[in-house]
Amino acid sequence: MRTAQLLWGTVRGESVFPQLEQLLPRVSKPVQYVGGELNATLKSWDEATVRWALMYPDAYEVGLPNQGVMILYEVLNEQPDVLAERTYAIWPDLEALMRENGVPQFTVDGHRPVGDFDLLGVSFATELGYTNLLSALDLAGIPLHAEDRGDDHPVVVAGGHAAFNPEPISRFIDAAVLGDGEEAVLEITEVTRTWKNEGKPGGRDELLLRLAETGGVYVPKFYDVTYADDGRIAEVRPNRDRVPPRVVKRTTMDLDAWPYPKKPLVPLAESVHERMSVEIFRGCTRGCRFCQAGMITRPVRERSIEGIGAMVHSGLDASGFEEVGLLSLSSADHSEIAEITKGLADRYEGTNTGLSLPSTRVDAFNIDLANELSRNGRRSGLTFAPEGGSERIRKVINKMVSEEDLIRTVSAAYAAGWRQVKLYFMCGLPTETDDDVLQIAEMAKNVIRAGREASGRKDIRCTISIGGFVPKPHTPFQWAAQCDPETVDSRLRKLRQAINADRGLGRNIGMRYHDGQPSLVEGLLSRGDRRVGAVIEQVWRDGGRFDGWSEHFSYERWMSAGAEALAPFGVDVAWFTTRERDEDEVLPWDHLDSGLAKDWLWDDWQDALDEQEQDDCRWTPCFDCGVCPSMGTDIEVGPTGRTLIPITPVGSSL
Amino acid sequence: MRIRYAKRGRLRFTSHRDVARAFERALRRAHVPMAYSQGFSPRPKISWIGAAPTGVASEAEYVEIQLVREVDPAGLVAVLDEAMPPGLDVLEAVPAGTGSLAERVEASRWRIEFDGVPPEQLKSAVDALLAAERVDVERLTKDGKRTIDARAAVVAAVVDAAPGESAPCGILDVVVRQTTPAVRPDDVLSALRVVADLAPPVPAKATRMAQGRLDDSGGLSDPLAQDRVAAPDRQPAAPRSDAD
Repeated sequence: MRTAQLLWGTVRGESVFPQLEQLLPRVSKPVQYVGGELNATLKSWDEATVRWALMYPDAYEVGLPNQGVMILYEVLNEQPDVLAERTYAIWPDLEALMRENGVPQFTVDGHRPVGDFDLLGVSFATELGYTNLLSALDLAGIPLHAEDRGDDHPVVVAGGHAAFNPEPISRFIDAAVLGDGEEAVLEITEVTRTWKNEGKPGGRDELLLRLAETGGVYVPKFYDVTYADDGRIAEVRPNRDRVPPRVVKRTTMDLDAWPYPKKPLVPLAESVHERMSVEIFRGCTRGCRFCQAGMITRPVRERSIEGIGAMVHSGLDASGFEEVGLLSLSSADHSEIAEITKGLADRYEGTNTGLSLPSTRVDAFNIDLANELSRNGRRSGLTFAPEGGSERIRKVINKMVSEEDLIRTVSAAYAAGWRQVKLYFMCGLPTETDDDVLQIAEMAKNVIRAGREASGRKDIRCTISIGGFVPKPHTPFQWAAQCDPETVDSRLRKLRQAINADRGLGRNIGMRYHDGQPSLVEGLLSRGDRRVGAVIEQVWRDGGRFDGWSEHFSYERWMSAGAEALAPFGVDVAWFTTRERDEDEVLPWDHLDSGLAKDWLWDDWQDALDEQEQDDCRWTPCFDCGVCPSMGTDIEVGPTGRTLIPITPVGSSL
Repeated sequence: MRIRYAKRGRLRFTSHRDVARAFERALRRAHVPMAYSQGFSPRPKISWIGAAPTGVASEAEYVEIQLVREVDPAGLVAVLDEAMPPGLDVLEAVPAGTGSLAERVEASRWRIEFDGVPPEQLKSAVDALLAAERVDVERLTKDGKRTIDARAAVVAAVVDAAPGESAPCGILDVVVRQTTPAVRPDDVLSALRVVADLAPPVPAKATRMAQGRLDDSGGLSDPLAQDRVAAPDRQPAAPRSDAD
């Protein structure tokens, strides 16, 4: 693959839109590359001191609604001397034309070459975006390997949940930031601003050293990794005096002080979330053992009811969206969720504005809540995630939801007029047997039976959706053996047979699932170390792109690249995925501090194997996961006891 | 209320669905008192008149909206245009009179710029097209390739040179009848390739300049003219200047 040849002018920051425009009539969905979103910001290149390109490494339709990118984009652009623009992964049809015509990776705001910016921030929600990072770097004319970059190349900074183990991409990035980004981007900006204003003393290395010295920015090249003869990591240690041995995650404590996005971006193109989102709290202490998000975002920090009301108000005015999503890891757990939903439904009565809670737990849900949600908008389906089919496996994963709770809740929903319930599960969990998975069929059948009785109708539906479990860093399951794809696929086949065995009930049950192969690749990338970088690069050179899309994903490409690239190290894909780790093994992310104490995680892993549950620290005593003392934080929850006062809707000026 | 709007510049790459979504959101941001359909999922009452294809700009797109009360047309143009993304520009609003708007639209006038094609070369290609009885072109649709006659729908075609440009740029002004299946600017371009091997060095840029009923002289009548007459007590809203 050749690097895009630079044909455009030498003026940095100059728009490449005139060249791009010639190519757009020849590609599918050209609107995704033209920018011009409502509430987008376009600032003067010359008046900015620090210039950020922010990338979400997936297609525009997936990346645009991403809250993380939207928040940082606004936070940065509010700084008078800072400019931030966005860039997304480019589909292969346009990528080929850009290479042919020498058009580089560009931002959608100013259509400026990404290679001209000071910093390139990339937000990884999933590891399957890694190959897209390589495409973007190459199209931007940025050397793939950090060690080949010079003072004029952007500093590539990774963020997002996957940045909690950036080792597999450590050669392609210059730095990674763990945790909340709002304050971190401003600090990185300040360090960069000072370094530039001083005339870039010491070049790129000095800038990276200054970032590493803050303790919150991980610069992989300042750490050496050595390996033992058995392939395990022997040691990770800094190779410079100024670099701390451990890098600590960032935590933004007062969400009300950071009411972003204030003006959500509204795309012209269709995107995966056609709604405005307000994050109502961050963090989760339910303690589901498979859930990396819940582990690495502690403690719980609620936005206040008034803060939420103000964000919804200004966001709707600025966007014109018809639906408001109240986001968090488990939205019905907000201490004032009833007051919030009732207050918002009252405020927007008669305006056809819908409310949704994208993640709700069965035990925190009730029909009053559901009725408030559907009062002014469309009644969408109800979705719950029991995650495990049997009571036993739910104890292992610490998802403390009983089948009785579920049946009670869905019966009430069917009785109140809902016709469709969606249930999410995982397959391939630690200690799982065929029987644990077959219990999913029983649960679905019980849901249909109870629903028919409650509603008096035969045509109600239940859809079960099943994903393959992937053990993640910084969770109690980080030591677990990942289940192999053959076992996952065989259990899913048996489950389908069990559902279809009863025609009378089975015809009302839909089943959606992904086969086990992509999960194994995700597992390799999640718990990989620096040696896995060679696999990613090989896959990308073999044409790997958009690995999160089934039509682009190739398991064979990953497996053959894995075998080839890992052989020199004496390890293989199975070593990284289906191998269980010991307590004393140095894990690739041990020097990256999420606040969780490693011995607490190990104890919780042992509790999982003993089928011992762990309660939530919001309503029971602290269970010593280690986050609050090590990060100097505390749980920030209500209730505040306040309510939303009615607002006079902005009258039409017509 | 009947509205004329334009789709300009880089927003020509929007599809009709994109435009419709942006328009609905703008109506909400502008607090336009829309009438909604009844039922399980109420929708604002909006009817679209044949939208320009993706990649084609337009100065003459039409949409009709139903309101729950009367509003001042000039005010509607102002607030709605303010709420629309720049490049989707609201030009005029007129209270709907009697008769259907769709029936007043029979043909479109397109202006197609051929950057890098000398006007003489374009003219001889167009002459060849007009001389032909039928010109079959292929178009890729969702269901595979489809062959349509691009000649029959062409009512008139005139070639001009772009004023004051140093590089050659022929301009085709073509009136095309709205048929089923529709003959689009792309099909006219394909037809020119078929009859005269015309292959522009850069993609030609098409803009819809007008829609309406064909009059005897080959011109197009303004589809909102009748409504303007029917609402004599109201001033038609002035087209917005690009400065605001």
